[in-house]
Formats: sequence, structure tokens, C-alpha cells
Amino acid sequence: MAIIKASAEAIAANSSSETEKLASVKKHKPKNTIIGVGNGLTEKIMHIVFLICSSVAIIALLLITIYMISSGAPIISKVGLKDFIFGDKWAPTKEIFGISPMILTSVFGTIAAILIGVPIGLMTSVFLAEIAPKSVVKVVQPAVELLAGIPSVIYGLLGAMIIKPLSYKIEMLVFKDNPEHIYTGGANMFSAVIVLAIMILPTIINISRTAIIAVPEEYREASYGLGATHIQTIFKVILPAAKSGIATAVVLGVGRAIGEAMAIILVAGNMANMPEAFNSVKFLTTGVVQEFAYSSGVHREALFGIGLVLFVFIMIINIVLNLILKGKAKAK
Amino acid sequence: MKNNFKKFLTLGLAGIMAVGLTACGGNESSSSKTSSGSSSNNTSSTSSEDNASSTDKLSGKLTINGSTSMEKVVKALNEAFIAKNSDVSIDLIASGSGTGIKQAQEGRADIGTSSRKLKDSETGLTATNIAVDGVAIIANKEVGVEDITLEQLGQIYNGEIKNWKDLGGADSNIVVIGREEGSGTRGAFEDIVTGGEAAKAYAQTLDSTGAVINAVSTTPGAIGYASLANVDDTVLSLKIDGVEATDETIKDGSFKVQRPFVFAIKEGNDSELIQAYVDFVLSDEGQEIVQAQGLTKVK
Repeated sequence: MAIIKASAEAIAANSSSETEKLASVKKHKPKNTIIGVGNGLTEKIMHIVFLICSSVAIIALLLITIYMISSGAPIISKVGLKDFIFGDKWAPTKEIFGISPMILTSVFGTIAAILIGVPIGLMTSVFLAEIAPKSVVKVVQPAVELLAGIPSVIYGLLGAMIIKPLSYKIEMLVFKDNPEHIYTGGANMFSAVIVLAIMILPTIINISRTAIIAVPEEYREASYGLGATHIQTIFKVILPAAKSGIATAVVLGVGRAIGEAMAIILVAGNMANMPEAFNSVKFLTTGVVQEFAYSSGVHREALFGIGLVLFVFIMIINIVLNLILKGKAKAK
Repeated sequence: MKNNFKKFLTLGLAGIMAVGLTACGGNESSSSKTSSGSSSNNTSSTSSEDNASSTDKLSGKLTINGSTSMEKVVKALNEAFIAKNSDVSIDLIASGSGTGIKQAQEGRADIGTSSRKLKDSETGLTATNIAVDGVAIIANKEVGVEDITLEQLGQIYNGEIKNWKDLGGADSNIVVIGREEGSGTRGAFEDIVTGGEAAKAYAQTLDSTGAVINAVSTTPGAIGYASLANVDDTVLSLKIDGVEATDETIKDGSFKVQRPFVFAIKEGNDSELIQAYVDFVLSDEGQEIVQAQGLTKVK
């Protein structure tokens, strides 16, 4: 959460010229202040200490990358990249390893969650930043922040208790006349997407709200001055001005949704089927979590293979995020 | 003065960090070396000590490898055995029944544990049943069926029977629930019910017995399977071919969905320690532990 906030604030700072000025003032570091005694050795040592601290994160990332590749690659080369990624049958105990149902489930599940979660989240953030009276914000804002801190397994439990039975009722209505359908009892793609959409709400609300608040007051005044209404201002001026922050919110939402396991393992059904709304499905994440305990030999290797695929996905998402942000910054 | 202290502090911090960073890697390798070294020492000294001393005090090292389903019960047995014989150490690895049997044949493990009967091809071993694992078939309480045949059970799990009314129960879709791939309970169930093939009609697979029982109790029309000992009254335990799942019916073999837990020991490998361990497992005390783990006693 701290990372999300920091990046959101960084974006807010970018678009606000005032804070930029402040930052540039701070950069001129004073050579001799009253507190700093200006001892060269201490400075150097502290530089090294900072360097070591920051390299811990880099080393961890490097180790993870090396480990994921070294433990995930063997099974992929054994099965063949094409068969592993595009194979549509997952039967690890029979040594059939095709993870395309899981990949498609993760991709489409995430897209669907974003399609549901982003409009709701964005509207909420607009409401909080622009429309709601202060007394309401005082109640809703902490609530949203609290929502972000709730462990994901709690979302899963509530999904299993509330969304699953509802989803089963809908399923029974939809497939009333289809004798071929395998009933999932509510543990299906539909339930998982709803849980994911709710889970990514706080991320989207918090970051896009920060971005909206950071839009300079002059923009609003100019818009009103030209005769625009409040709603027109929101959609034509404020949201376009905050779009890079909103794009960040969406990508971070994607990251959270695709990496989530505990919340959806209880509601997805966990069979490696193709992603249809009322199929029991298995995500890349839940596949690893669920099968790791009892897996052995090539089965376990295959789970590392899944981990590697997921890792590559997250990397791609991060690179895309960086490209979007850089592109937007240049366009400005 | 203050400055010197600062210097000292930063130097110290940096030093601690450097040590901490290097220590991680270093420790691991050194500890693994020592453990592997001592283990080889132990095994080599075991046989000579056993032969030399005819006292009652057992010592030495047992290696057990095999079934993941049996890991929990064997661990409990090991703890009790070591509590009585403090000079004995037991290495337990759970890498699957097949591997365990193979290692026992090759003499790399003293005891291979298997959660299925030995195949005819697996020769050169003495098999001792130490427990029976009964897999109860459970259903949601509202299904209106109490007794099904083993064949019907297979048809349900392969999606050929889709509604409880086809079995004389309520008009309710059957939601098939089971365990994840690799689970021992699932292996036992599929060996008996679907001929070793993965059941085709799974709607949900869950990764613990408790989760299965919970899902069955809360999902209308659900059917599932779980170790008998864990089954409670939130779900209906179905009779199979008219036989209710109880300790007695599992012990006498009339309840069909069950599998033996087997110790496979290489023929001729009858050191005092192995013999004492097997005797302990089959003793009243050992069988009490077996029962406490939710399994059925063999004695």
C-alpha cells in the first residue's frame, strides 16, 4: 500500500507546478548548516550504508529472477514452450502440462474485473474529490483506506459466504434447459471476477482520487469561467488532466488482480477449464497455491513453470506501466 | 566527541550489515555439509553398534520414504518412537508411494511407505499393513439420498448422473466436489471409484478436507469425499452398496472406498531397529496413534 501511495503522490507532485518548485529548492543541499558539521568521512560512510540498504532490494529482485528462471525453465523446455503455454489440458499427475486454460482465465478474469471495478472506482473517487461534502468524505475516505488494508483472504471468505450462493442461483437460472452443463455450485469465473473487482476498488479509488485532487485549481476556475457546469468540468477538464494518474491506478489494479490468489481460491472452483462465466476455473496463482503442498517431482517443477509465466506477466505489466507514464510525460 | 561516536555507530552498522548479508549464504552451505556428513557417519556405525551391543537400548538411524498421504501419521509414530528410544533418529521424506517403494527395493530407504497395495511388479519386498484409510462419501443434507452404489458414485463423478432425482432423491443438480491434483485422498478415491482416471465432472476442487466438508455442507446438491475421521454431522455420510462408513466396515473391508497404508521393507533387511519400529507401530500404543490420526486400526 505504501508503494501505491508513494507512486500516486509522485504523480500528483509531477502535475503540480508548485510542489515542483519546492522540490527544486530542496535539491540545493546546504553545505554547512548549523546541524551538519560537514565531516567528509561520515558522509562517505553514510553513502555506503544507503547504498547497501538500497541494494538489498535489488539483490532480492535479482535472486528472485534467477531462481524463478532456473527452477521454472527446465519443465518448460522439457514439455516444450508451445505445449506448455498453448496446451489445453492440465493433468499434472498424468504428466500432462498445458496451462493455456489458466493463462486465459487469469487474463480474462483480470480484464473483466477491471471493466467492472474501474468505472465504479473512478466514479467513487470523483465523488470523494469533487462532489461529496466534507462531512461525507470524512466518513467514506477512511472506510476506503480501511478496505485497502483488509487481508485478501477475508474478501475470499465473504465471497464464499455471500457471492457464491448468489452466483449459484444465477447459474441455475441460466442453465435451466441445458442438461450438459456441469453445475459449479457457485464456485466459478463469475464469482471470482466479482470478488476481484471489489478487491481492486480501494487501489483505484485512492490513486485516482489523489490524481484528481492534484489537478490545479486554475483548471477548474478556467472551466467555470467559460460557462461549463460542474459535471462538464469533471468529465471534460478534470478527468483528462488527471489521466496519467488514472492510468496508473488501472495498471496497479491489473497488477493486484492478476497476482491475487487467496481471495479467489475459495470462489473459483479450481478446475483448469476454459474461462466461461459459469465454468469452474483455475487461475495461474490459485493453481500454484492449491497444488503446491502435495506436489512432487515434475508436478512441482510444472508449478514453478507456472510461477515463471506469472512472473513474466507481471514484468510485462510493469514495463507497460512505465512506457505509458513516460509517454504521457513526454506528451506534456 | 559526538562526531566520533557517530562514526563508530555508522561503521558498526555497516559492519553488521555486511556480516548479515554474507552470513545467510555461508551458514546454509556449512550446515548442510555437517548434516550430510553426520548422517553418513550414523548409518555406517548403526549396523556395527547393533551387532556389538545386545542390550535393549536401540540406537541408530532409520530412513523412511514414500507416501505423502502417510506423512502425517508416520511423523506422529516417529515422534512417539523417538520419545521411547532417544538414541534413534528417523529421517522421513515423503516423495510419493512409487518412489518410496522403489527406494526400499534399492535399499536406499529402510522402509518405503505406500498408500496403496503393492503391485505385482513390485517384488522383493515384505508388505505390512499398518492402517486403513477409509474415504467417506459425503453429501449435502438436502439431497434426499442415503444409499448409492459404487457404480453410481463413479457415474456421478464422471458426469453421467447429474441430478439427485435420478437416484430417487430431491430435484437438485449434483455439484461434484473433490480434492486437488496430487492429494492422497483424491488418489485413493479415484483409484477405487473412477479406475485411476481423473474424474471428469469436478465442479470444485479444494485443498483441504475441512474445506471440502464445508463446501459440501453449504452448497445445495453437493457431493464430496473426505477422510472418515474428519466427517462431522454437518454433512450426510452416504452408504455405498448399502454399507455405512464406520471403523468396523472399513476394517472388515465391506465399505469399498478405502485403501491400505503399507510399510514395504526389503526382504532380508531385518535389522533389530527396523523390526522394533514395525513392532511398535503394530503395538497397541502405535495403533492408538494411528487412530488418533483419523485412520482405522489394523489390529
